[in-house]
Amino acid sequence: MRISHEIVERIDDPERLYLVAIPNGGVPLGRILIENLESLTGFQTPLGILDTTLYRDDLSTRGSRPRLRRTEMPSSVDDRIVVLVEDVVSTGRTIRAAMDALMDFGRPSQVRVVALVDRGHRELPIKIDFVGKNIPTQPNEKVIFSAAPVAGATDVDQSGADVLELIVQAGEDS
Amino acid sequence: MIGRDILGIEDLSRLDIELILETAERMQEIGTREVKKVPTLRGRTLINLFFEPSTRTQTSFEIAGKRLAADVVNFSVSGSSVSKRETLLDTAKTLDAMDPDVVVVRHKVAGVPHRLAEVLKAPVINAGDGAHEHPSQALLDMLTVMEQKGRIEGLTVTIIGDIAHSRVARSNIYGFSKLGAEVRVAGPPTMLPPDIEALGVKAYTNLREAIEGADVVMALRIQMERLEGACFPSVREYAATFGLDRAKLRAAKDDAIVMHPGPVNRGVELAHELADHRPSVILDQVRNGVALRMALLYLVAGRPKLDASAGADEMAGGGER
Repeated sequence: MRISHEIVERIDDPERLYLVAIPNGGVPLGRILIENLESLTGFQTPLGILDTTLYRDDLSTRGSRPRLRRTEMPSSVDDRIVVLVEDVVSTGRTIRAAMDALMDFGRPSQVRVVALVDRGHRELPIKIDFVGKNIPTQPNEKVIFSAAPVAGATDVDQSGADVLELIVQAGEDS
Repeated sequence: MIGRDILGIEDLSRLDIELILETAERMQEIGTREVKKVPTLRGRTLINLFFEPSTRTQTSFEIAGKRLAADVVNFSVSGSSVSKRETLLDTAKTLDAMDPDVVVVRHKVAGVPHRLAEVLKAPVINAGDGAHEHPSQALLDMLTVMEQKGRIEGLTVTIIGDIAHSRVARSNIYGFSKLGAEVRVAGPPTMLPPDIEALGVKAYTNLREAIEGADVVMALRIQMERLEGACFPSVREYAATFGLDRAKLRAAKDDAIVMHPGPVNRGVELAHELADHRPSVILDQVRNGVALRMALLYLVAGRPKLDASAGADEMAGGGER
């Protein structure tokens, strides 16, 4: 995948890489990325899963509590180069929550963000370091991935947009 | 469930219980971190209102609140000379004026948390009321069984002890039955309420029969001071007949687990050899208690009850009279 190449090119010390996927959408992307990274670098990059729900900034205004998702951090993030993995980034609030959560697990030396889709409408000063595709959208549209990536498929070494067919759909619940 | 009172397992649906257990499973991970705190309830106030001393439950709720970053205040009320009813409403008014976001109540009289829930704006969690219910204990027991067995549906759960006076037994009977387990209760006839089978359980006065084929065997604490002479002739006789030890446990399934809500009377309801080692999961129960209570606080705290205005009006009226 092109994103994996970019990560390897732009990070000086791939041995210290540590991918942290944000559920649910970031997890399948994270799995593909670590496979590709291993074939490019020869190193096994750890993959953590970090639920950001308990760090959200809208918990006090919502009428109900969101369901929690699993968090699994296999090893310490201290002095690692952490790459947060998300499927779609928009307002940047989830990435903010993920950074706060990450800091409770230790002190990474760097934090980067990879997203399959950047759909704009940022509300916080958050920058995506590695992006699969920029899709300008209206706030009331939603991005739908129509095909799930197949782990171990031979053609994953292409751009993310080729593996996952993207559809932008107008919807009420953006 | 936000803004909802948790007064008993009887009022919870199977879906409610499953949501609480699932949330608690996620909360367990926080207890394994080096920094055991998330900012979820920052700026929220939890009041622990204990009219009856209970170090274990109170500490568990306190740690749960603190791990969610809530401010936790322990409001311990010892017995007072004033008439109970006045004291209770007075206390409720005082508390309400402090604007808590959730109130945890323990009282030796059944129904007190329900009465407080009517007048308090904040959701109320029952931490044990008389011989009625102890919902957070039953939920942590269910969480522990889920963790050990991977399921509750279809299991056989035997509860041994003073079923008639045990809020832990009552809450567990409701909870395990709602999730599809077969619940059996066992004890001397003086400790089995005559109508207990109306709750859908089978009652036994023979311990071996009650344990036969069980997946989970739960011993309840015997309140020796209160019961000796009243419900059984002597503590030694109770221990010999209903005290759980390895020999009696052989009737259960090979992989059966042993539970106890604590604190254990060693050598009475539970033999030493069982209190400390597998198959006992007593310390898992304690650990899961914190995660379970975090789940309850997360799910209900942070928003006044929808019907709070009714309670507040009633209280204002009561104050004028």
